[in-house]
Amino acid sequence: MTRRFRFLSLYAVLFLVFLYAPTILLPLFSFNDNTFAVFPLKAFTFRHYDAMVTNLSMLAALRNSLVVGAVSAVAATAIAIPLSIGLARRLLPAHNLVLATVMLPLVVPSIIFAVAFLVILVRILQVDLSLWSITIAHVFLCLPFSVMVLMSRLEGLDRSLEEASRDLGETALGTFRRVTLPLILPAVISSLLMCFITSFDEFVLAFFLSGTQPTLPVFLYGQLRFPNKLPPMLALGSVILIVSTLLVILSEIIRRRGAAGLKPEDA
Amino acid sequence: MRARRTAGYGLVVVLVLILIAPLLALATLSFWTQTGFSIDTTPTLANYWSLIEPSQTPTVYFGIPFPLANPVPAILLLKSLVMSLTATVAVILVAYPMAYFLAFRVTKYKVVWLILITIPFWTSYLLRVFAWKIVLGFNGAINSGLISLGIIEKPLEFLLYNPVAVTLTLTHAWVTFAILPIYVSLEKIDRTLLEAATDLGDSRWARFRRITLPLSMPGVVAAALLVFIPTVGDYVTPTLVGGPGGTMIGNAIQTLFFKQDNAPLGAAVAIVMMLAIAALCLLFLRAIGYTRLRERST
Repeated sequence: MTRRFRFLSLYAVLFLVFLYAPTILLPLFSFNDNTFAVFPLKAFTFRHYDAMVTNLSMLAALRNSLVVGAVSAVAATAIAIPLSIGLARRLLPAHNLVLATVMLPLVVPSIIFAVAFLVILVRILQVDLSLWSITIAHVFLCLPFSVMVLMSRLEGLDRSLEEASRDLGETALGTFRRVTLPLILPAVISSLLMCFITSFDEFVLAFFLSGTQPTLPVFLYGQLRFPNKLPPMLALGSVILIVSTLLVILSEIIRRRGAAGLKPEDA
Repeated sequence: MRARRTAGYGLVVVLVLILIAPLLALATLSFWTQTGFSIDTTPTLANYWSLIEPSQTPTVYFGIPFPLANPVPAILLLKSLVMSLTATVAVILVAYPMAYFLAFRVTKYKVVWLILITIPFWTSYLLRVFAWKIVLGFNGAINSGLISLGIIEKPLEFLLYNPVAVTLTLTHAWVTFAILPIYVSLEKIDRTLLEAATDLGDSRWARFRRITLPLSMPGVVAAALLVFIPTVGDYVTPTLVGGPGGTMIGNAIQTLFFKQDNAPLGAAVAIVMMLAIAALCLLFLRAIGYTRLRERST
């Protein structure tokens, strides 16, 4: 038992190293006083970060990403709440069909969705590409994540609480507002955060659907072609990685706290 | 009551239509043709025909003859399928022991382990792939590290810009997607079955092979599909670390849409790619008898 235990533990540690090592190079080189991302490390510096925050087009891209992320997160979650109630309670006809179409973005390669949106927006609806086109695509992309988080929460919910509220004379809407919504709030917050991260980090849809205003990943991708722009991009990449990581941890903690309150054995 | 049910059906129809509208538009475009700067909307199979139009002189790629007039999409599709399949197998091999570790060995701090596994899943795919470019590049971390250690004198050129680099990067980028489904199916295994096997004299290996592995197969299959399907059409990885030799079908679609300005043909290639993926997945599920597999493990 002990031998095997050690072998698997060793494997797990090596796996984490493999998983994180390449990514950790970004922050590592971003503090290195060199224009190339190479060893040996020379000296510690903040100058790449200085170059990053004074870059106006980067700040514009950051603003675009924040707007797109926030709008898609709110829109996707707002659509997902009634949808997941319908799905979790089996209120909708053709339950499996609806679930399957909602989950489509998870299984269809994103390049397919990217060109599909390009066709419907530019060729058929003939609208100009803008931040809106990216936002619409991101709502589609975020919907499955949001529905999954909300559905798992709703399925763990004690229905008798809602029934009690109805028996005591509350309307359907009042029950939703005063009983259901507070109970699923951790999942709602978790969904908002996850959708925001998904949109904020998304590249392919944004790349195909951006007009003149790039989001941060699209801007970063464009800059990667110029070797001399590399260090500020390393700094930018590091900031994105760290912020996403913090948001993921936050969202996981909120979701698990909530789940622990509902069903202690599943925490 | 009937009115409510009709409203329910109406709602579902509208919802499903909105959700699949982009894909329907893509499919429609694939039956149109590009004529110069405008699009001819007469329905035709010309785009699909041009993908399989035979030619007398086959283009030979890796020893395989492609007797096609326009062989690039077919070659890239086959190449993408093979690369993606290799990455999927690698992902499963790397992910399984980790999922096993999480399900059977971790007792304390399980949440911490799970979060550590989940973080890369949510962080920027672009940045994770870009990190590999920094690792493998001509002026990259491996080359500069080995040079400064005095092991090599000039940079190794074979690291970046080839199918192997793409497959390696795909494996790394998608491995966390595979751990969770496998982990869930391992967690669900009734531990008394394992005890019974041991009591009845099975060795640990026999127990794994006869109980744990078969019962975790649904998770493995789900993980394999979850990785295989999106990676076939991946665009970021071949673009950043693939170079000219590592291009995949996703690059061909992008080129057709933007550089060659032939969106209808690009749409046809995209549709063919989706159909090829779907057909392969169905064949795979059929071959392993997936329905039986699921019944057994629930």
